[in-house]
Amino acid sequence: MAIANYLYLSAILFTIGAVGVVIRRNAIVVFMCIELMLNAANLAFVTFARINGNLQGQVVAFFTMVVAACEVVVGLAIIVTIYRSRRSASVDDASLLKR
Amino acid sequence: MQTSANLVWLIALPLFSSAILLLVGKRANSWGHVMATTVSASAFTIGVVEFIAMQSRADENRAVTQKLFTWISVGSFNVDASLLLDQLSICFVLLITGVGTLIHIYSIAYMSHDLDRRRFFAYLNLFIAAMLLLVLGDSYLNLYVGWEGVGLASYLLIGFWNQKPAYATAAKKAFVANRVGDVGLSLAIMIAFATFGDVSFAGIKEHAEHASSTQLTAIGLMLLLAACGKSAQFPLQSWLGDAMAGPTPVSALIHAATMVTAGVYLITRSNFIFDEAPIAQLMVVIVGGITLLFGAIIGTAKDDIKKALAASTMSQIGYMILATGLGPIGYAFAIMHLLTHGFFKASMFLGAGSVMHGMKDEVNMRKYGGIGKFMPITALTFGLGYLAIIGVPPFAGFYSKDKIIETAFNEGGIRGIALGLATLLGAMITAFYMTRVVILTFFGNERWGHKDEPHESPALMLIPIGLLSIGSIASGYILSKGEGLVHWLEPVVNPLKEHHEELLPPIVVSLMTLTVVAIGILIAVSKYRGDQLAQAPEKVSVLTKAARRDLFQDDLNESLFMRPGQSLVRNILNIDYLVIDGLVRAVGGVSLTAGSRLRSLQNGYVRSYALLMIVGALALIAVIWVVTA
Repeated sequence: MAIANYLYLSAILFTIGAVGVVIRRNAIVVFMCIELMLNAANLAFVTFARINGNLQGQVVAFFTMVVAACEVVVGLAIIVTIYRSRRSASVDDASLLKR
Repeated sequence: MQTSANLVWLIALPLFSSAILLLVGKRANSWGHVMATTVSASAFTIGVVEFIAMQSRADENRAVTQKLFTWISVGSFNVDASLLLDQLSICFVLLITGVGTLIHIYSIAYMSHDLDRRRFFAYLNLFIAAMLLLVLGDSYLNLYVGWEGVGLASYLLIGFWNQKPAYATAAKKAFVANRVGDVGLSLAIMIAFATFGDVSFAGIKEHAEHASSTQLTAIGLMLLLAACGKSAQFPLQSWLGDAMAGPTPVSALIHAATMVTAGVYLITRSNFIFDEAPIAQLMVVIVGGITLLFGAIIGTAKDDIKKALAASTMSQIGYMILATGLGPIGYAFAIMHLLTHGFFKASMFLGAGSVMHGMKDEVNMRKYGGIGKFMPITALTFGLGYLAIIGVPPFAGFYSKDKIIETAFNEGGIRGIALGLATLLGAMITAFYMTRVVILTFFGNERWGHKDEPHESPALMLIPIGLLSIGSIASGYILSKGEGLVHWLEPVVNPLKEHHEELLPPIVVSLMTLTVVAIGILIAVSKYRGDQLAQAPEKVSVLTKAARRDLFQDDLNESLFMRPGQSLVRNILNIDYLVIDGLVRAVGGVSLTAGSRLRSLQNGYVRSYALLMIVGALALIAVIWVVTA
């Protein structure tokens, strides 16, 4: 199996995630789409590490995982707080920043 | 040179008095005028004491100085604030304080109904102080301070009744016209400093002979411009007529006897420059000649008694300026005419004030008539002034004006004939318009149109007029006896340095003058004898119309300077508004518009931000692709 296919998969996953972020309103789903994009990027890193035969890409992938974990903690906390105060998890309802 | 500690008091006393009157305010209302008059009289006393002391000394020791303080000391350039009292300035000191004191006394009665009398006296004292500084300064810089000071006092006093907008405008007009002259004086000082590195009279006199004639001519012309502004000479003469808006004592003191003659003083004081600069001297003569006829012609058509006298003042100062341009001997005659003119013109102005006082402030001579029998003393003193100004012997004007006419003829050649004829013509017109003033005011039918008879003025007003009348009778004889003034001024202006041949004997000149004067009187008598109407005739010749409009001096100034100046300012304003402000506004406008467009992107929806980020990232990738491909 050609190694380029991993990159195609990564691109497809990233696109799905990006489209999901743009078109879905539910904050949880948007969040999951972001995770999908992060993991697509991770897949690309690992694939390139494999192509180049060194470990740098894999190291970055670990970094990404740690950052993603932290982001999940903070992001979920925010979403839960918004849900508590506004009784809604729709990102379109939380459009107060423009003021 | 000897020093004297008294000189400073001449200036300090009136200056302090003025400051006190202005600062103490209403509490000084009851005694302010007394103090101001006393101070002026004290200054006169100091002047007399100094004069007597000066007379007792030998010719070369007569000048005294007093150093007040070091004013400017920069490198090799030193200017002391010091005073110089020499033969020339003592004439002015006595005239200013003497006539000034009489006019102070007169004003006590004249202004007694005015609520602001104290302020009036404060300004009068300020004027006395500034004028004394002007004639006592020993350098052009010191003179300049006094020069500006009298300008300020004149402005304040012309606009004394500034509740009337026309009077306030007249004050502004005088100030602006004077500014033009002041610029001339400051330029003259700058050129003198650049040329000589010195601004004191003594220093410049010492080096004047070695300077290039171009520089001397430049200084001379700038000084002439200054003199034109202050002395209401052509082409800066237009302010004097309107300056009559001020109270009559002011017209008598400032705009007839003293301040307007400052230009004559300036030129006489700068004789060492003008003697070396023939072109400037020629310009002086031309300016004087034009103004003496200009003022006389205006005087023939004015119905306002004060404006007629103002036109006459302009014309008489024209005589003085002309005389100063006639070389060393002319200076002495200019000063002589200045002194006699100070007496008779002040007495006539005060007489006019007395008439106005009796006529409820009416100034239109067409509404006078037959006042002589109601105000005999005023009429008598005015008559004496009249005889003096038209030059009937043995009154003052005869001695001084004849000398000027004689000197003008003695210039010789075309120039002498032209100047002589101009001065003769001026003498004839003077006789005409002064006769007209006297007939319209004191003789003929009563035209004032109300029942109240005019009343003679109080003694406090009549005594100063009487004393001035004595001056207008006797001053000419006293000053010219044995060429007294000429010899007196010799150390300052060298009147005998070069002796002109006498082309015409004095008696011929006198006869010619008296003939033209008689012609002038006869024309006026035949024209204005009998009953006159209370209105000025409408159907008059073009020349009369022109003279009534002051020979279009205001129209000329307006079309030549004021309107172009206004449009220039307006255009500059437009350029400022459209171009400079326009640029600033354009920068602001672009930012604002761009901001309000961009603001619509900031809508608060997370998903649209995300979309923008994606689009931006894709665009970036596309760009990198295109660039690297």
